[in-house]
Amino acid sequence: MIIGRNIIFIIIIIGCFVSCNPDSRYQKIPITDFNGIANWFNKQNDSIYVINFWATWCSPCVKEFPYFERFANENRNRKIKVLMVNLDFPDQYNKRLIPFLKARKSKLDVIMLDDPAQNTWISRVDSSWSGSLPATLIYGKGERTFLEKELTYDDLEIELKKQLTNTNN
Amino acid sequence: MKRIIAIFALMMFASSILMAQGYKIGDKVSDFKLKNVDGKMISLSDYKNSKGVILIFTCNHCPFAKAYEDRIINIHKKYGNLGFPVVAINPNNPEVQPEDSYDLMVSRAKEKGFPFAYLFDEGQKVYPVFGATKTPHVFLLNKKGNDMVVEYIGTIDDNYKDASMVKEKYLENAVDALLAGRLIAMKETKAVGCGIKVKR
Repeated sequence: MIIGRNIIFIIIIIGCFVSCNPDSRYQKIPITDFNGIANWFNKQNDSIYVINFWATWCSPCVKEFPYFERFANENRNRKIKVLMVNLDFPDQYNKRLIPFLKARKSKLDVIMLDDPAQNTWISRVDSSWSGSLPATLIYGKGERTFLEKELTYDDLEIELKKQLTNTNN
Repeated sequence: MKRIIAIFALMMFASSILMAQGYKIGDKVSDFKLKNVDGKMISLSDYKNSKGVILIFTCNHCPFAKAYEDRIINIHKKYGNLGFPVVAINPNNPEVQPEDSYDLMVSRAKEKGFPFAYLFDEGQKVYPVFGATKTPHVFLLNKKGNDMVVEYIGTIDDNYKDASMVKEKYLENAVDALLAGRLIAMKETKAVGCGIKVKR
């Protein structure tokens, strides 16, 4: 019995070395074209979706990035999905994107969008989006807000409150 | 005190409406006067002998703007002689984005040998009138009588990453159409760009 418990303990420890290694998650940031994320923009369920478009060279994006981290963390018990869609050029993946996320120890879900057909996919995110960064889409059941500007933490909370009145989250 | 707050709120509201506006296809453009990288002041009315102007909001720092620098130079070389010169305007506040200061614009223009005017929107008064939101952001102006009229708004082509992979040259197609007296097939296009930098 004691041995059994020890084995479980050891398995947990080893498992943690493999999966909790803080660096390993950053090597798995996917690169995709728009089709790879297209289903993120029209989900119909009880969750609230917060999708931010950003790049490491975009100073207002970098400034608001910690607000999304805090927002995701503080609402981790709610049905909220935060996705950070990165628009750095693919040759910056190892030079800028991964070091940025590692340095922040960021736990946010990040995906790199590499799709030059911008004239097509920008409008599929939101018809009002002119294409400038940063930009954030927040939606749940019913309400859909698209903000083409730098956000504050308060902005995120205000939008969350709007969404919560529409859902049983 | 309440009245002051009310007036202030009204002003904020009015200015937010003004910000949200901007030119649409077919609108006449008001003239402006901005400082070029050679130190001289430039107005749209200085281009009275051209057929129009390819106005591009662009800047030093933005990777998308940088990716298009050589293409903008080539577009000016190709269309300047045909009556559509490029006029570039940097709309960013250098206090927010130091790379986009007037002095650094001057150095960048020298480095790249910009053959076109590269103007500084000092005080950021011009870009909101156009409704520009990002760099690069193109407004193709066509001269009709004494007016400059907006004929195309959007991006330069369909591949920011690789000029050799471009399939659709949206801007050049629009200028070609104007030169040939044809209708422009795509009058508005979209692309990702760097949001214009303002103080919050």
